[in-house]
Amino acid sequence: MKPKVAFFDFAGCEGDQLQIANLEEELLTLLGQVKVVSFREVMKEHSDNYDIAFIEGSCTRLQDEDRLKQIRKNAKIVVAIGSCATIGGINCIRNYKDLDEVRKTVYGENAKLFDTYAARPIDAVITVDAYVHGCPIDRDEFLQVVKSLLLGKKPDIPTYPVCVECKKNENVCAFERGQFCVGPVTRAGCNSCCVNEGTICWGCRGLVDNPNENAQKEVLIKYGLTVDDAIGKFRLYFGWQESKK
Amino acid sequence: MKNSNIDVEIHHVTRVEGHGNIYVNVRKGVIERCEWNISEAPRFFESMVVGRQWDELHHITSRICGICSIGHTLASLRATEAAMNITISDQDLKLRKLALHAENMQSHILHLGFLVLPDLMGVGSVIPLASSNLKEVKTVLLLHRNANEMSTLICGRTTHPQRLIPGGFSKIPSIKELTDFRKKLQDSIPALQAVAELFKSTAHKFPDFARETEFIALTKPDEYALYDGDIASSDTGTAPVTEYLSFTNEYIVPISTAKRAKHARESYMVGALARLNINFEKLSPLAKKIAGMFDLKPVCHNPFMNNIAQLVEVVHNVEDSIRLIDELEADGLQRQPDYYKPEIKVKAGRGVGATEVPRGLLFHDYTYNEKGVCTKANCVIPTNQNHGNIELDMKDLLPKVLDKTEKEIELSLEMLVRAYDPCISCSTHCIKVHFV
Repeated sequence: MKPKVAFFDFAGCEGDQLQIANLEEELLTLLGQVKVVSFREVMKEHSDNYDIAFIEGSCTRLQDEDRLKQIRKNAKIVVAIGSCATIGGINCIRNYKDLDEVRKTVYGENAKLFDTYAARPIDAVITVDAYVHGCPIDRDEFLQVVKSLLLGKKPDIPTYPVCVECKKNENVCAFERGQFCVGPVTRAGCNSCCVNEGTICWGCRGLVDNPNENAQKEVLIKYGLTVDDAIGKFRLYFGWQESKK
Repeated sequence: MKNSNIDVEIHHVTRVEGHGNIYVNVRKGVIERCEWNISEAPRFFESMVVGRQWDELHHITSRICGICSIGHTLASLRATEAAMNITISDQDLKLRKLALHAENMQSHILHLGFLVLPDLMGVGSVIPLASSNLKEVKTVLLLHRNANEMSTLICGRTTHPQRLIPGGFSKIPSIKELTDFRKKLQDSIPALQAVAELFKSTAHKFPDFARETEFIALTKPDEYALYDGDIASSDTGTAPVTEYLSFTNEYIVPISTAKRAKHARESYMVGALARLNINFEKLSPLAKKIAGMFDLKPVCHNPFMNNIAQLVEVVHNVEDSIRLIDELEADGLQRQPDYYKPEIKVKAGRGVGATEVPRGLLFHDYTYNEKGVCTKANCVIPTNQNHGNIELDMKDLLPKVLDKTEKEIELSLEMLVRAYDPCISCSTHCIKVHFV
């Protein structure tokens, strides 16, 4: 019997589910291995009987917690896909603002009609078994994780920073170019894709386990950068992780 | 009348991007309720970007939508560039137009092949089609992959582009990469024609329905406007993009987390059909020919024909991309330094960027202080502009299908919503912020 899989999305851009559509021919191969029973973005049918649930997006309001808990109850394995789901991602920028104020300026007198609370990754609400990091996720990494899960193995996720991959790719360091980069503390696995394209690491895969903060501080001092520079960039993606430290 | 009492409640309409609901109640043949509302969680982007630096905004607002992240990035960059009087080279302009073509193709093909085709083939998703119509599905996948390869070639990746930055590009493709890709585009034309034939053979399943409305799109005298232009209304003529607020007039509907817009009438429509209605003459030759296959010409008031207008646009995207690559080759592609970051003189100011993205006209409007920190932001999303029109179409369509079964009514209404290709993540994630 093929394992039954389902896809769900919460507050996010659905760019990660798009990466699954972007598998193109490989998607056909994948469909040979699993039975998709729920994927609102592409199919009308829906079933609550599934083994693996892939969840994209952050939890941003109390009313969404019930839906998440129900998915947890139904699924044997829950996989968070994309930064919004794995680390809270860019949604958490607003956590540093007064949410009532934000809501009032947005909806005026109708503010009460629209619930919201601090944006958070889904493991702040339910237990998550596996993670596919990135904004957006990398298609190959997604396939690797799926393969591992189908084989009953725990997916292998790098525990070293992006700098390791970036050096291997022989990039000119962003700091040497006068730019701020969060690669030194960001979890690798993306093959330093953004720096390869001529920009910086923005931190979308989240803080690496045990980030070397002293090394980051040394970098700041060496390049004459301020803590404000660092905090600004850290808050792009690390908002939730920083608030839990 | 077959159905004196009908209750349709479709929570989370499938095969659209994001969460939207349809509510219909009919009592003794009288329509008591017919509503389209959005339940997607809001994300407050316009509030999130306040306090952020000028060279981060395009990165953040790209995340409004995964499907049209290139369009959001471009509208964002153009707003920042307008605010700081930043100009880009003619070469970069052509490359950006290629980026937009790539995304338009990707998004339209995804919509037509994955989301619309199942309705026409009488199935619930593209998955059964992979066994029953493998040849057709592979043709769709080929076109989709081509479009994604083109995004990667120009932008560094398919979703949330990296190379597009204020003032130009951090990295550009080589002329060989471009001319190699030109061949792929040329070779994809038979596949496009095959998809057109497929839709031609099934298009009779789209309801024969029309409701007069206003169309709004960018327009330019000498090209099918996508990257830039003036705002044009089918009712009131043209105006510069800086006057966009007098067109969009957004308002809140309490039942819905997405705002709506109206201009000369109760609602208006943006997107491929609006563009085609306003700029038909500027379409590429083959695009016009494909439109002719479906007898699609201005002014078409059938919203279901937005699907066909998307198909026509994909053909235009391919032909115009070939033309742009030819021009880049003829001009000789200028190389630029690695890790390029154009020198920008940061200044205070306000700028509006308007770009036609797959689902219609998109506005980003930013105000910066002298340090280049964003102090105000407003984004008006295509799907928000369409929500009002969708609901009015629904109210007009419903009485015409009341004699059908509840299931058929449901399908007609869902097909109507899908025809607009609504991007609900976009439309709720960008609630307008009122600034005091």
